[in-house]
Amino acid sequence: MLKLTINGLEVEVEKGSTVLEAADKAGIYIPTLCYHPDLSTFGGCRVCMVDTDGKIVTACRAPVADEMVVKTDTEEIRKVRRTNVELILANHNQDCQSCTRNNSCKLQEVSAFVGITPERMERIRRSVEEIPIDDSNPFFYRDHTKCILCGICIRTCEEINGVTALDFAFRGFHTKVSVLGDKPLKDSKCESCGECLVRCPTGSLILAEPEFPEREVESVCTYCGVGCGIKLGVRGEKVVKITGNKENTVNRGDLCVKGRFGLDFINHPERLTSPLIRKNGKFEQASWDEALDFIADKMNDIRAKHGADALGGISSARCTNEENYLFQKMLRSMGTNNVDHCARL
Amino acid sequence: MTQKFDLIEKEARETWENTENSNTPHIYIGCATCGNATGAQSVVRTIKKKLEEEKVDAVVKEIGCIGMCFAEVLVDVIKPGQPRISYHGVTPETAEEIVESYLVNDDHRPDLALGYFGKSGPDDIERIDTGDVFKNQQRVILKNCGNIDPENINEYIAHGGYRGLAETIGKKQEDIINILKDSNLRGRGGAGFPTGRKWESCLRPQADQKYVICNADEGDPGAFMDRSVLEGDPHSVIEGMIIAGYAIGSSKGYFYVRAEYPLAIRRLRKAIEQAKEKNLLGDNVLDSDFCFDLEIFQGAGAFVCGESTALVMSIEGNRGWPKPLPRPRTTEEGLWGKPTLLNNVKTFSVVPQILSKGADWFKNIGTAGSPGTAVFALTGKIKRSGLIEVPMGIELGKIIREIGGGILDDKKFKAVQTGGPSGGCLPEDKLDLSVDFDTLVKAGSMMGSGGMVVIDESTCMVDIARYFLDFTFEESCGQCVPCRQGTQQMLTVLNDICEGRGREGDIEHLLELGDSIIKGSICGLGQTAPNPVLSTVQYFRDEYEAHIKDKACPALVCKNLIMFHIDEEKCTACGRCRKACPVEAISGEKKVPHKIDQNICTRCGICFSECPERFSAVDRLTGKEKLAATSGKEG
Repeated sequence: MLKLTINGLEVEVEKGSTVLEAADKAGIYIPTLCYHPDLSTFGGCRVCMVDTDGKIVTACRAPVADEMVVKTDTEEIRKVRRTNVELILANHNQDCQSCTRNNSCKLQEVSAFVGITPERMERIRRSVEEIPIDDSNPFFYRDHTKCILCGICIRTCEEINGVTALDFAFRGFHTKVSVLGDKPLKDSKCESCGECLVRCPTGSLILAEPEFPEREVESVCTYCGVGCGIKLGVRGEKVVKITGNKENTVNRGDLCVKGRFGLDFINHPERLTSPLIRKNGKFEQASWDEALDFIADKMNDIRAKHGADALGGISSARCTNEENYLFQKMLRSMGTNNVDHCARL
Repeated sequence: MTQKFDLIEKEARETWENTENSNTPHIYIGCATCGNATGAQSVVRTIKKKLEEEKVDAVVKEIGCIGMCFAEVLVDVIKPGQPRISYHGVTPETAEEIVESYLVNDDHRPDLALGYFGKSGPDDIERIDTGDVFKNQQRVILKNCGNIDPENINEYIAHGGYRGLAETIGKKQEDIINILKDSNLRGRGGAGFPTGRKWESCLRPQADQKYVICNADEGDPGAFMDRSVLEGDPHSVIEGMIIAGYAIGSSKGYFYVRAEYPLAIRRLRKAIEQAKEKNLLGDNVLDSDFCFDLEIFQGAGAFVCGESTALVMSIEGNRGWPKPLPRPRTTEEGLWGKPTLLNNVKTFSVVPQILSKGADWFKNIGTAGSPGTAVFALTGKIKRSGLIEVPMGIELGKIIREIGGGILDDKKFKAVQTGGPSGGCLPEDKLDLSVDFDTLVKAGSMMGSGGMVVIDESTCMVDIARYFLDFTFEESCGQCVPCRQGTQQMLTVLNDICEGRGREGDIEHLLELGDSIIKGSICGLGQTAPNPVLSTVQYFRDEYEAHIKDKACPALVCKNLIMFHIDEEKCTACGRCRKACPVEAISGEKKVPHKIDQNICTRCGICFSECPERFSAVDRLTGKEKLAATSGKEG
């Protein structure tokens, strides 16, 4: 363990920790924009600058040293940090009120902390490049005018999902996050998992149809056997948003495109909410007891007439592993090995 | 090792001496990029054709840049028993004349000659090597440039080349590095890091592979030192790299050269082949166990790739972005994660001489803190632009007054810009400064890799700062906020000031931005980008204030702040300006003084340059004068 002081407070951290991690442990806030705890560090936003033993460094990357003296809020640091944030704001779409990230925006949080004033912003020459929103993806949009080039989406795509659909393109002031060939998002290898959307610190990556829930309900995703923990965001009687449950040990908050965005079926008018039995050529609603009795009778009939091998069952990828296990057990106990699964077809 | 080399050297010397002492005239034509751009290649063709027609037997050599770029195309003729006579500004037509007059007949044509080299020559032309251009110079790195055929390894060897390498092989690595440390050689790329220490830190780590990289990604506007060395004396750099390879225990080297230097790349390729043929490069160099291979990597032209970590990223096939601190040193973890030694072209090229002549020889040149010489590309508003090499510690003004011959058209000196877009502008009262790494930094500029741009009174200092900022803005890699957004912000403010939209407080805004960009940026590009602005504010603040407060450009450059006005009393109604005006803004007839319609005028300045000097009727007005002229509703 190494001992250091941050703003006069003593803190003990493990060797190899960064100054930012040490400050976090000491309960001291250091503003960051391009840092994300799930990802590798980038060091490009330069707002986490601190003074370590008289040297200005980025807290997100600087390793701690024994007896290190860290100051996070010297006059010099305040100046450099504030100018950086002012510069980001100079080229940032100012439409905060109608931004879906209003109140959950990292840039707002950092701006407030460093102390942006109208007087100072008056001197800044503002210019926002007019780049149209990329709305090619049905689930989420990219608004380049709100992008701060922190690279979190790029690192997420590479490090969390391993897809590497995104990277920086062009150079200098004209740098932007892009897919191969600067094409629309839908024409890339993006899998629409939305992990980048979750980590985007500003309103640059936003839901195509954002709706804010009133309450959250914990659940498990029904799409496949993995069983990811999810939180259903409910508004009235409708599920409007799904987020990954970080506490769930199966997925630790990560989700795929279906789990995150495939919620239309829940309130869909054509969704089956009870079993149907065809009677006189027409489907009629039935209770579960009715339906199960009906299937059991039919299966017994077939086995009696044609033998157990005439029976077969196809299970679903949407069932859990345990359910699939029980399903093949059931069929084998009926005397048949004809068991298959929709994912194999 | 030296035995084997003695044979190579003997053979090379004999081959060279045979041609040199043969009874045929030699013709040297300056065919570096500077010469070629002025038409050297057509001069070469004409001379060869004319020699054939006249049936004159002569050796024609395409040589590198001798440094007198102002006098290109340069053709030097050495007739047996005669001094080397240099002809300047040669065109295909005068080339024919030279062949006919001097080679066929015996008239050395003083009207076409610049002068001669050597102790004695014709009385009617001047001696060059002791004249103003060369007397203050000390050519160490450039000693072969413009004197040998860069495409012939024998000439390099005959002039002492590869002797340093031959004497190196077999020595202990530490001993070689100690000579360099003792010589106090500092890197010529700009930062001036001690070369010996760098080599030492690259020798120390144990690794299965180490790399040597020559940084030839020269990109400063107006700088062409590295290009000239590669074009004029490629073997010196190759030799330096092979020595480096031996000294740190590396078997692989890369030349990182800009693709915009095709001639340098061609000559390097040829030189590498020749060195391999002579067993000076490749497997078992000079029959020793030491193997070293060299590869050329062409950079795609990004200025930032001159930064060591970005350069490494670029060779690896990644985006050319510098690595933010903290990061391992390149000497410990560089290319492909292996210890890598990266030096500038000029650094490598001087190493062989230090090793063959000794550290003391080198220390005797220049100053104690910055020994050796400095190579500058002297350009701008100067009479004699070119490639110069001076001992460190020389007075800055001496370079401009004596080597450069003073200001073009005898205008007034205003500032000198060193260090390219990372450096600063120094005013007249700094001309007595000594040229070395430390003094220039103290004065708010820097050595840089060697660009030196002279600025005269007709240049606006705000405009020049804007020019350099525009360069760094365009070349910023885009990784970090201070550089990416900060240079854009500074440039926008400078554009506003130059175009009459400057506001009170803009100077303070620029200074504050500059401070944050320097402290906040990841790499050297951003950390030095504000220097041209900060140094011009420091030394020429009055010009900024005139632009902002009086909306005036004292140098009469910034278009939005000046107006062209015809003095009715001086105008003789000759009509020249009226006819030349591309937008028909000038009205008037014969005997009626002309007028400029300010609403149509685009301030191109053609009327100003068209008006004959004896009339000088067109004025440029700015600030209060401009205001008075427009409120008086004069045209």
